[in-house]
Amino acid sequence: MAVTITIPTALREYAGGNAQVHLEADTVGALLRGLVELHPALGRHLFAEDGRLRSFVNIYVGDEDIRFLQGEETPLSADETVSIIPAIAGGRR
Amino acid sequence: MSNVSLSNEEIARYSRHLIMPEVGMEGQRRLKQGSVLLIGAGGLGSPLALYLAAAGVGHIGLVDFDVVDSSNLQRQIVHGTSTVGLSKTESARRRLLDLNPHIEVSVYETQITSVNAFDLMRPYDVIVDGTDNFPTRYLTNDASVLLGKPNVYGSIFRFEGQATVFAPQAGGPCYRCLYPEPPPPGLVPSCAEGGVLGVLPGVIGAIQATETIKLLTGIGEPLIGRLMLYDALSMRFRELKLRRNPNCPVCGENPTVTTLIDYEQFCGITREAPSIGGQYVITPLELANWLQADNRPFLLDVRNPYEVAIASIPGTDRLIPIDQLPERIHELDSAREMVVYCRSGVRSARAVELLKQAGFRKIKNLEGGILRWSDEVDPTVAKY
Repeated sequence: MAVTITIPTALREYAGGNAQVHLEADTVGALLRGLVELHPALGRHLFAEDGRLRSFVNIYVGDEDIRFLQGEETPLSADETVSIIPAIAGGRR
Repeated sequence: MSNVSLSNEEIARYSRHLIMPEVGMEGQRRLKQGSVLLIGAGGLGSPLALYLAAAGVGHIGLVDFDVVDSSNLQRQIVHGTSTVGLSKTESARRRLLDLNPHIEVSVYETQITSVNAFDLMRPYDVIVDGTDNFPTRYLTNDASVLLGKPNVYGSIFRFEGQATVFAPQAGGPCYRCLYPEPPPPGLVPSCAEGGVLGVLPGVIGAIQATETIKLLTGIGEPLIGRLMLYDALSMRFRELKLRRNPNCPVCGENPTVTTLIDYEQFCGITREAPSIGGQYVITPLELANWLQADNRPFLLDVRNPYEVAIASIPGTDRLIPIDQLPERIHELDSAREMVVYCRSGVRSARAVELLKQAGFRKIKNLEGGILRWSDEVDPTVAKY
């Protein structure tokens, strides 16, 4: 089923400039892998060398962090919105 | 109950607050009795300081070690053309006391560190994080948690902002619950590298100021346990749930961080510049001479196309943005001498490192990038 994933400003340049991508996926993990297949440059920004999701990138399904759901195994239902929320630090300079 | 009193002059000044029952005399007295430490007097700190001063927060502390530069004025509205060259703390202090002479402003022209953080924060009720780098954000978080003070957080990048209130003492999460570990250096661009819409810190800073005023007066529903996201381009606000992590190393059930640490090290920052050897660097003057010679090097620009529209070094042979470099290495000739540049020399140092790993040896990084080229070789090249 089609799921929408929102790409934050900081990562859009690695996702062909897209703010949103629509993909078919049943779980968060499958969705992220599909996204990286489509936009390989995103890979190193989302996953560490060991294949684990980077700890300064949070993934939300709706308004809930997947760390408090079932992680990458979190199932997705139709029309769900998944968001990538990376740490940003700007504000002073 | 607050025991400070308001003069007739102050009553006239704050009348629009006083006639609202949610604030009233009691709320205004609480603001006057309240104290707030602003870490950073830049993009976020500017609207924050102005609104908190205008609202009558009795004591505002400002921590910053920078000097006002004309490139700040696109967004740092507490400063002005007349204070360019002055320290940001002094520039802001003058403006705030002009706005509201009834308040006290303390300035600390220093960088907040693990050594001075507790002393700087201890006298204040609320800590506000308006800084611009990960080490200071983790330091501000940990020190606030350890002192049991609320930390009003805001962060911006290009067109997007985040805001929340970290307050484990009130049952909420802290910054480390949200992001347990910082990104490795270089993976996340700063505003200086990535740019920022000038009005964006106004929106996020105003949210932080609102939350600070609510905390001091005790009214409303604080932004604890919720992350507010703002996207200026689509003009959308969204709210995400933030939960406390029971295993959080600083505010969790069995904390392992019980004192301040070396945050530069925690964020993977080494004090040396990127580890490219001496033979792989070149100064602007050396490059200028070399470009005149018969054996001139190939000049590679690794910035983004929209930066090229601002300024370039004359004689540039090829533009390959740093993020496209891995897949476009085949366009380059490793047999030919090559100099790589960017705006300040950081991205080009990464490019040289990447090219070295790919077997290139005849490559040099232009130290200081276009900025230093403009200073030392050709001032007609614009600095940005």
